[in-house]
Amino acid sequence: MKFSFSSEQEEFRSNLRRFLGERSPTKEVRRLMATDAGFEAAAWRKLNSELGLTAVRIPEAFGGQGFGFGELCIVLEEMGRSLLCAPFFSTAVLATGAILNAGTEAEKQALLPGIAAGDTVATLAWVEQPSRWDAAATTLTAKPSGSGYVLDGFKSYVLDGHTADLIVVLARAPGSSGDKGLSLFTVKGDAKGLSRKLLKTMDETRKLAHLDFKGVEATLLGEAGAAAAPFARTMVEAAVCLANEMAGVSDRLREDSLEYAKMRMQFGRAIASFQSMKHKHADMLVDVELAKSAAYYAAAALDEGDDDIVAVASLAKAAASDAALQTAVHAIQIHGGIGFTWDNDTHLWFKRAKSSEVLLGDAHHHREQMMQHWAA
Amino acid sequence: MNELTEDSVRADVRAWLEANWSPELGLVEWRNKLADSGWGVPTWPKEWYGRDLPQAFQAVVDEEFARIGAIGVAKAGIRTLAAATILAHGTDLHKEKFLRRILTGEDTWCQLFSEPGSGSDVAGAVTRAEMSGNKWIVNGQKVWTTSAHHAHWGLLLARTDWDQTKHKGLSYFIIDMHQPGVNVQPLKQMNGHASFNQVFMTDAVVEPEFLVANVGDGWAVTTTTLMHERRGADGLRTWAMGSDRKGRAYDEERAEIATTMEPYKWYPQRAGRVDLILSRAKETGHLDDPVARQEIARLLTMSKAAEWTARRARAAAQQGKPQGPEGSLGKLVASHIARAAARIHTQLSGADALLTGADSPLNGTIAEILVSVPATSIAGGTDEIQRNIISERVLKMPKEPSIDTTKPFRDVPRNTVR
Ligand SMILES: Cc1cc2nc3c(=O)[nH]c(=O)nc-3n(C[C@H](O)[C@H](O)[C@H](O)COP(=O)(O)OP(=O)(O)OC[C@H]3O[C@@H](n4cnc5c(N)ncnc54)[C@H](O)[C@@H]3O)c2cc1C
Repeated sequence: MKFSFSSEQEEFRSNLRRFLGERSPTKEVRRLMATDAGFEAAAWRKLNSELGLTAVRIPEAFGGQGFGFGELCIVLEEMGRSLLCAPFFSTAVLATGAILNAGTEAEKQALLPGIAAGDTVATLAWVEQPSRWDAAATTLTAKPSGSGYVLDGFKSYVLDGHTADLIVVLARAPGSSGDKGLSLFTVKGDAKGLSRKLLKTMDETRKLAHLDFKGVEATLLGEAGAAAAPFARTMVEAAVCLANEMAGVSDRLREDSLEYAKMRMQFGRAIASFQSMKHKHADMLVDVELAKSAAYYAAAALDEGDDDIVAVASLAKAAASDAALQTAVHAIQIHGGIGFTWDNDTHLWFKRAKSSEVLLGDAHHHREQMMQHWAA
Repeated sequence: MNELTEDSVRADVRAWLEANWSPELGLVEWRNKLADSGWGVPTWPKEWYGRDLPQAFQAVVDEEFARIGAIGVAKAGIRTLAAATILAHGTDLHKEKFLRRILTGEDTWCQLFSEPGSGSDVAGAVTRAEMSGNKWIVNGQKVWTTSAHHAHWGLLLARTDWDQTKHKGLSYFIIDMHQPGVNVQPLKQMNGHASFNQVFMTDAVVEPEFLVANVGDGWAVTTTTLMHERRGADGLRTWAMGSDRKGRAYDEERAEIATTMEPYKWYPQRAGRVDLILSRAKETGHLDDPVARQEIARLLTMSKAAEWTARRARAAAQQGKPQGPEGSLGKLVASHIARAAARIHTQLSGADALLTGADSPLNGTIAEILVSVPATSIAGGTDEIQRNIISERVLKMPKEPSIDTTKPFRDVPRNTVR
């Protein structure tokens, strides 16, 4: 199903769009983004119990709905459209992905039902340096201690890291380097020795935190020293999910600016009637549709076990990054002065486009990944 | 009269500065001296605080001021546009009343052109000015008015005749911003600052002598202001930082920057800060990254070429040659440069580009670059409008048929709600 959605999927999307439209109008987005947590736990739990969003991709055996990336990416695209303020990407994409890819059956049984039920907010902490998104750059160490491990070091740019109940942490054995000696661990959000600082972010709808680990007790997730592959897989999945979210962001920006252009009069006519405006909108449609195609294809490729998935995921992320940013730039421009004001909603999506451009590595990074895979 | 040369001008200004400049003077006191000497705005006419010097010598004068650390006249902001407009169209009374205090920095100004219904289409203004008794009474709303909250005076475009065609029914006024009829409300921008405003005018009063040019000639005057604004767009890449030197004049200049110049604090950021690119590339370890290097090189090429294009335009003007296409490109190019620079700053900063406030690199500057750049392609006329101007006025391409310029303005379709 790389080129079309089933009627069930279409229906799922339209229900979701309606729901999120009702639950996440921009007034609500603005209210929540101004809070430190960035979401409201009770409301998020309620929405989850109604729609089972965090359960979408979790197998039924672990309390989930057992759908694939096709459905998960529909959720992400719709969340991009609505900018729902909730720890969804951190919980349902990053942490869930890491647990599913690395964990043992017993660990999945222990960790996933809480996530599926929407009770556990979880995240994945891996980045340390601003320019490195890969596992090899990890310096945070894990030393065996008693029956478990202790972690020392820091992680930054951790999505919802300040509110997460459960943090999956990428760490390495002291003295190891590169992809060797890497393991994943789980840590409780309120663990002793863990201090969490909310970072000020440009895209206020997406909260990030800096985490300091001083002798924090941690539980191994999966096999010791063997995290490189499951982590890499998690990043590939996350890139595809983010690409789909960006497709939603771009499409929303495109639609809103088209509607505005049709209504806004200058020189005695709608600005949409100027040929340069028409061309801009036509170009935006090209960008957005190409980005959607890449994002949809990549989601299906994940479900189908496509051999080229690493390249395809990076292709989708790069295409979506460029499309989202370009569309956002055009959208502000089309709105003119009003587009530069805080009260107009365009900047909310502009900032999301900007933060998504950077998150998980920018377009240059992903084009390089793609080339390494295809030109090897 | 002796032939002016670079050397003679340099010697003159140097001698004058050495005899007169002292950091212990009050800022206004010093700028009054500048106004009297003509060295503050040497290219202005002699009778209005200048020396009638050809533009070519401005750089020499600037160098001498910089060499000795002397402070110049108050320049930045809309006051520069006000001065240019008044010099071109004002009466002697306007020049006497306003020019000196613009130069000394005692008065600041704002530009009351844009309205909720008309931004690109400035001539679509619906703020009305009507004669009542022997005063003009103004009613209407302006928007995105930079610095209105600090301004003493406003450059106001208002409609005085609804039965005339769009461009003929407009008049241009100087309005006192400190009066009960003028209400200024800050507007928060997407970059978090509030340097522009909404301005509500309710039975605001303008004295009849503060009409600029004639009733119905407002469009021609507006065009002068806009032309200077477009030309000046380039200059916003730099920003008066004030100096950290000691002395009363420096202290007062720092205080000036901290208050009246506050709205312009983020303006250098909106130009994308090309000047920071190389040092950022070094700091972030990207100097050896071939992709970043190519992007940076491309940006530097564009930015240097733009600078030299502006120099070509100035050189042509100095030699009295007719305006070539290079004069019209500056504003459009500035927004290309700003966008490209923001893109590279994002690339160089990586995940740090997600941050804002003090968490963002350079104490918030990087974040400000990323969210301020869109202003460049909107403020002072959008990119699309610049392209229309270039294609129609420079390239003489046919205009699009207009449906709003021949009938009485009353009958022209326009925005009802926004
Ligand atoms: C930071 C900032 C500071 C400002 N400061 C001031 C100030 O001090 N004083 C003041 O008076 N104004 C100020 N402005 C307002 C500014 O001049 C206007 O925003 C600008 O001219 C655009 O007008 P608009 O916002 O009404 O957009 P619109 O005119 O509604 O334009 C919307 C879109 O339509 C496009 N468009 C419009 N007409 C055409 C056409 N004929 N052909 C093709 N495309 C077209 C535009 O390019 C734009 O993309 C400021 C704006 C900003 C962002």
